[in-house]
Amino acid sequence: MNTDKQLKFRNTARRGAKWLERGVEGLFTASGWVSIVIVLLITIFLFKEGFGLFQSPTVEKGYVLCVHPSNPVERLNASQIKHIFDYETTSWSEVGGADLEIRPFRFEEIFDYYAEEEFGPDYEFLPDKLAEVVAGDEGILAFLPEQYLPADRSGIKIVEAGNITVTDFFGGREWLPTSTPAPQFGALPLILGTLWVSFFAILIALPLGMGVAIYMSELAGERMRKVLKPAIELLAGIPSVVYGFFGLVVIVPLVQRAFDLPVGETAFAGCLILAIMALPTIITVAEDAMRNTPLAMREASLSLGATQWQTIYRVVIPYASSGISAAIVLGIGRAVGETMAVLMVTGNAAVMPTSLFEPIRTIPATIAAELGEAPAGGAHYQSLFLLGCILFLITLVISVSAELISKKQRQAV
Amino acid sequence: MIEAKNVNFYYGDFHALKNINMKMERNTVTAFIGPSGCGKSTFLRLFNRMNDLIEGTRLTGECLIDGQNIYDKSVSVVELRKQVGMVFQKPNPFPKSIFENVAYGLRVNGMKNKKEIEEIVERSLRQAALWDEVKDKLKKSAFDLSGGQQQRLCIARALAVSPTVLLMDEPASALDPISTSKIEDLIYALKKEYTIVIVTHNMQQASRVSDNTGFFMLGELVEFSETKKMFLNPDKEQTQNYITGRFG
Repeated sequence: MNTDKQLKFRNTARRGAKWLERGVEGLFTASGWVSIVIVLLITIFLFKEGFGLFQSPTVEKGYVLCVHPSNPVERLNASQIKHIFDYETTSWSEVGGADLEIRPFRFEEIFDYYAEEEFGPDYEFLPDKLAEVVAGDEGILAFLPEQYLPADRSGIKIVEAGNITVTDFFGGREWLPTSTPAPQFGALPLILGTLWVSFFAILIALPLGMGVAIYMSELAGERMRKVLKPAIELLAGIPSVVYGFFGLVVIVPLVQRAFDLPVGETAFAGCLILAIMALPTIITVAEDAMRNTPLAMREASLSLGATQWQTIYRVVIPYASSGISAAIVLGIGRAVGETMAVLMVTGNAAVMPTSLFEPIRTIPATIAAELGEAPAGGAHYQSLFLLGCILFLITLVISVSAELISKKQRQAV
Repeated sequence: MIEAKNVNFYYGDFHALKNINMKMERNTVTAFIGPSGCGKSTFLRLFNRMNDLIEGTRLTGECLIDGQNIYDKSVSVVELRKQVGMVFQKPNPFPKSIFENVAYGLRVNGMKNKKEIEEIVERSLRQAALWDEVKDKLKKSAFDLSGGQQQRLCIARALAVSPTVLLMDEPASALDPISTSKIEDLIYALKKEYTIVIVTHNMQQASRVSDNTGFFMLGELVEFSETKKMFLNPDKEQTQNYITGRFG
């Protein structure tokens, strides 16, 4: 080593440059943290609002249900109340009481019993009159505003309705969020509707998408691929409302005519439009994964006397399996979360799905259609947030399970 | 029994092989040497039609195996490749178990009998001198093996299909000296049953394993003769210069 020359390790970079470097570094770190915090905040907000639903009373806020004091019934749940006021349940014996006809009574009906003058100028006699009506009918179930309850409660009995329960929400088969006196928040038809259309959409899109992906990555010539790939990517960029419009104008009448249905706006129309929308994602991701299979693998397979087909399904597809499962997940994610197009073509009847050829309603479509008319902070509003939580959980489960599957495959091969 | 007649090969406009004539006998080892880009690998890959995979290539002349032109329309590429196995420069096992790697060629050829497959897998692994190292972990991923073991696995995989010709494209270039010498011993042993053509950068390797050697330069076959003669007393000055390391 040259002994004359002292080696120097001091940083000679200009101070300004160093600070700039540090600033940029800090900026990147901060943006990472900000995005994590935003995701957390959104999730917390969603769940907080959503789970507020279970603190909401079954009966509309500010109202109570009263019966005659001799009536043994203590509690009624949301669907019992709804059926009573729909005249579907007509005897107290059906809800645990005596064999007596139920007489549902809504607050407004008081004006059929008494002339308006009898309530006094400031409605000060209204509570007494209500108490009189309740006391006069053993079979009554009265739906009354809390503020007009009589001070003396000996003549009436308040029925407990409690809060909306988890089983009401997840097990309920009726979604009637604006029904009075007890709105029905049974999310089962919506959850099933979402899973139903997504499942069948993927069932259609997957074989088709894999076919196109295999064609593009393995069989098509360079020139064909150069045309096809941008065209398919363009398909992914079309706004969903345009797909919905296309579905409404083309697919819906087509489905109606092809299957001779009374209406074309069915789950099947939704499946078709979702399949078309999920296709570009499935194709591009699966194709990329297959194209990434190293040439060495293909050569190894072909050199052993495998045909092109054997090479594709024994080497290329297994090699690309994690990419392909990513494609499936992204496709399902697109289908589950898709709002506008589905809203436009599925008919939006919140009923339990039984056939592909009947109208159906999905979670995102419900949120989009109803959030505008749901009073902020009310039970309806909260129920929509809870639906949002479910959607979030569904996609979470899908992506986590796909991650696990592809990890397992990677270990197995 | 392998013969090239007036072979010219083009990548697009690039004339990669220029009028090559050569004859290789059964159960011999032929080595191709030459500087990078001289066309020796391209020439090797002609004999199992691997160059078919590359778009925009063109061939004139004839490649004959046992008197048949393998580029004739009546020839099935799949059948050809069953007879002409190949080992590549980089070990390229499939992302499958050790057993499945060797069984692959049998399975794609429609063999279903489990016992028969097991026998052939064992025989092939023994031939490739790998059996003792892997017999207890046949179900393990092939990627768990070392580079040298992976390359011997690839050789076993090629042998399992029972080819008559084995093409080796720099099979030891990515390996350490110990693995290399194992592969060379293997080539020597396999010569009894197979016709082997090997491309190599390593001149000592060519002189150790081969019976005949071809020296390629810029797409031309400069000299083709018995290995001993080639290394001791080459006909052409170019060959002499290359072998003695004066260039390349």
